Amino acid sequence: MHPYLEPQTCVDPGSAWRTFTPGAWSTSIAVRDFIQYQYSPYDGDASFLAGPTERTTRLWAELSELFTLERAKGVLDVSQIPSSITAHDPGYIDRDLELIVGLQTEKPLRRAIFPYGGWRMVESSLESYGFPVEPQLREIFTKYRKTHNDGVFDAYTPEILRARRSHIVTGLPDAYGRGRIIGDYRRVALYGIDRLIAAKQDEKASIDAAHSSDEIIRDREELSEQIRALHELKEMALSYGYDLARPAATAREAVQWLYFAYLAAVKEQNGAAMSLGRTATFLDIYFERDLREGRIDEREAQELIDDFVIKLRIVRFLRTRDYDALFSGDPTWVTESLGGVGTDGRHLVTRTSFRFLQTLYNIGPSPEPNLTVFWSPDLPEGFKHFCAQVSIDTSAIQYESDELMRPTWGDDTAIACCVSAMSVGKQMQLFGARVNLAKCLLYAINGGRDEISGEQIGPESEPAGDEVLNFDEVMAKFDVQMDWLARVYVNALNCIHYMHDKYAYERIEMALHDYSPLRTMAFGIAGLSVVADSLAAIKYAQVRPVRDERGLVVDYITTGDFPTYGNNDDRADDLAVDMVGRFMEKLRQHPTYRNATHTQSVLTITSNVVYGKHTGNTPDGRRTGEPFAPGANPMHGRDTHGVVAAALSLAKLPYESAQDGISWTTSIVPSALGRNADEQVRNLAGVLDAYFAEGGFHINVNVLDREMLLDAVEHPERYPQLTIRVSGYAVNFIKLTREQQLDVINRTFHGGI
Amino acid sequence: MSQPTGYIHSYTTGSSHDGPGLRTVVWTTGCHYRCQYCHNPDTWHLKGGHEVTVDSVVAEVARHASFMRYTGGGVTISGGEPLVQAPFVMSVLRGCKERGIHTALDTNGFFGDRLSDDELRLADLVLLDIKSWDPDTHLRVAGVEVGPTLAFARRLAALARPAWVRFVLVQGLTDDPANIAGLADFVAGLPNVERVEVLPFHQLGRAKWEQLGRDYPLADTQPATAEATLRAAEIFRARGLHTI
Repeated sequence: MHPYLEPQTCVDPGSAWRTFTPGAWSTSIAVRDFIQYQYSPYDGDASFLAGPTERTTRLWAELSELFTLERAKGVLDVSQIPSSITAHDPGYIDRDLELIVGLQTEKPLRRAIFPYGGWRMVESSLESYGFPVEPQLREIFTKYRKTHNDGVFDAYTPEILRARRSHIVTGLPDAYGRGRIIGDYRRVALYGIDRLIAAKQDEKASIDAAHSSDEIIRDREELSEQIRALHELKEMALSYGYDLARPAATAREAVQWLYFAYLAAVKEQNGAAMSLGRTATFLDIYFERDLREGRIDEREAQELIDDFVIKLRIVRFLRTRDYDALFSGDPTWVTESLGGVGTDGRHLVTRTSFRFLQTLYNIGPSPEPNLTVFWSPDLPEGFKHFCAQVSIDTSAIQYESDELMRPTWGDDTAIACCVSAMSVGKQMQLFGARVNLAKCLLYAINGGRDEISGEQIGPESEPAGDEVLNFDEVMAKFDVQMDWLARVYVNALNCIHYMHDKYAYERIEMALHDYSPLRTMAFGIAGLSVVADSLAAIKYAQVRPVRDERGLVVDYITTGDFPTYGNNDDRADDLAVDMVGRFMEKLRQHPTYRNATHTQSVLTITSNVVYGKHTGNTPDGRRTGEPFAPGANPMHGRDTHGVVAAALSLAKLPYESAQDGISWTTSIVPSALGRNADEQVRNLAGVLDAYFAEGGFHINVNVLDREMLLDAVEHPERYPQLTIRVSGYAVNFIKLTREQQLDVINRTFHGGI
Repeated sequence: MSQPTGYIHSYTTGSSHDGPGLRTVVWTTGCHYRCQYCHNPDTWHLKGGHEVTVDSVVAEVARHASFMRYTGGGVTISGGEPLVQAPFVMSVLRGCKERGIHTALDTNGFFGDRLSDDELRLADLVLLDIKSWDPDTHLRVAGVEVGPTLAFARRLAALARPAWVRFVLVQGLTDDPANIAGLADFVAGLPNVERVEVLPFHQLGRAKWEQLGRDYPLADTQPATAEATLRAAEIFRARGLHTI
């Protein structure tokens, strides 16, 4: 046997909990409670960390060769066996080198298909990457097996279809997996599958006596499916030679158990975002114990995390070329949430929080996993400084406000996707993409007609006249269009999630949730800064509409100066604040599927480019087709007062009206942070402290020069791992389309903070 | 009593180059130096700025309090030459200090004798710009004598007021090693100096000179190289000065 594959249970597997302090977690499924009793906060700095082992470097080098081939082809290989937890035989990168095992299919980077979300998506993905579709498969999913996508279109109304077609309601998860559900994968490591099955059986028994209403019947069926999925997870792990029936007894087992649980999820679901949760501090408890018991040293501890992260970096889904273009490459949003402070005041930073960040040095920068630091001014200095250092060196991590999330969702919260907070295992979301608010404003001016097609999409109303636009009149009309938009939007999402539950239910992810979790329905808005600046132009300058031969307002002549959002100027910022609260209130007027709680995000991923493409000239001076700013960003080049002013504008947006997150991406030239490395680290950490103390929610920080990006456009081969944050996630810069690369380059690079 | 007012050009928030941490910089107008390398010639004339009250300046600075506090930063009054408007500037510093904001005064020190010892203490840190050690060079660079600046430096030392000395390195103008060594010897004798900053000359001010229709004497001067900056810094470091 290879030295790396020593038998790992040198402890009695029956003694998995041997050193743990008992508590409520011992008798019920309560991972947070377990963590609180056992974990060891780490107050020190990064000096204890270990570099990569030769094994890690070799394994990564083998994969890097495959990445080159994959980049050339777009998709390296496809398995046309419809994916499920047990559909594929075991697979390895290099069996002798791997510490943590398990792949989605039999081979690394071979992508699986997930037809239950929608057959069309599978077929066009296969075709667009040149893989002939197996005829039998097509027959099954067009003749015998209905999909989520089919179901949704059976239930859509003509009004929803019109709104969708005209790009005012966009990106809906009606043809693919909705994602943004995080199973509590830690449960498998802590309890073993048998205990989890027993708990699910109890949950199911608890509703045996209930009247068989629609809801109860659905719950019973779902619980049965969850139990079935847990059995399948056990079977899949057995095929790799591991018995997950019992709890993990060592650090290596804990990582392996947890990874198998996550792997089952990405074998079963091609969710738009398949996030990992908040695992580092949980795993640290096992690492600390093994270190104490002399089973591993720091080098080996780091090696296990490096190996785990290598696995997370090669999660792949087959998606269409259009989808990949929209999202700038191949994001999977394997988001891991690090740091934060507990409700008892102890911070949740452990050595393993550092170890996750260290992977960005040991195996180089990477967009995945999407490492997300829950920031609080109360985090220990050593961790703050290491995070700032990592940002300066790699631009690969993002920050979200622990100060806002902890009181709202508790201290065992994780981010799904980019900015969506949820209490792990107790909460899930019904993902809802976003509506184009800038287009909605143009509808207000055009009496509900689309500014490009001329088609009547929104409610018919009196269009604006030919004279200078009056702010109050425009707002009154805008309000009517927003009422309509909110109603159509909620209706569309209700159809989508009804069908997703019916045809593409997330069995294993939901098996790792409590029964009847809190559901949120996550709406979103795009074009916030375009709207705020346009309204500021109408209010503070003179905006005169220009009509074309169809009588449609297609342009604006603006005279005079107006304030713009992102400069800490209340005149403009208040308009953005009003928009966020106003649209949220309108959404809340309409009941949701499964009584989900309405939430809203100000996030565009990278679709800001596409929104811009489909939106005409706007009163702020933005031209037809020009990209929007991403998320809640100020418009490119208009945030002229530096990072501090922009941060203060962002911090004004109310989290209570945007509980699905508010995204801000900014780029800073390294020299602007300070004159030497030490100053740069301290200043960046201080900026984060201040931004979050002021009430900011999220920040992506890129610390880089525009010149380097321009060079990377011309010489991609020199920058194989260049990673930049775009909007709630990171991308490999050289995988972006040229258009997206230029969009990134054209954004504001702050030469001063 | 009517509100004291003064003239300012603008604000910069989040500067990492005008004192410790991140600074909110208030750029005042009015300066009687005519430094050849000035990158803010648009702040020379007092009335070129806009008139503001002390309270409005303090309120504007305070909007960024958290960023200043968390980065160990504060407010820096620069210019122009702030001491041209000494009473106004002192009121601003007092107002900021009352709000717990760290204060820095970026000055050439020429008008230092306008300040009482108590007023000097309103600046937690003085950024003292010494254009040149050699008197002839100073006259050529700035159009005024160096003497008052050096006297102010000695007074700050006598009062043990924390100071950073800033020296702009310009090729062919201030870069004579003897000039730098003379300055370094002088500064090494001032125990209150916590740090020396050698600022490499850059051409970012050129557009402003052109906009103002002024004849820019350094239009063809190359920015100071990294090597030259390092060499100059070494001269200070050799005398035990903490030099950036």
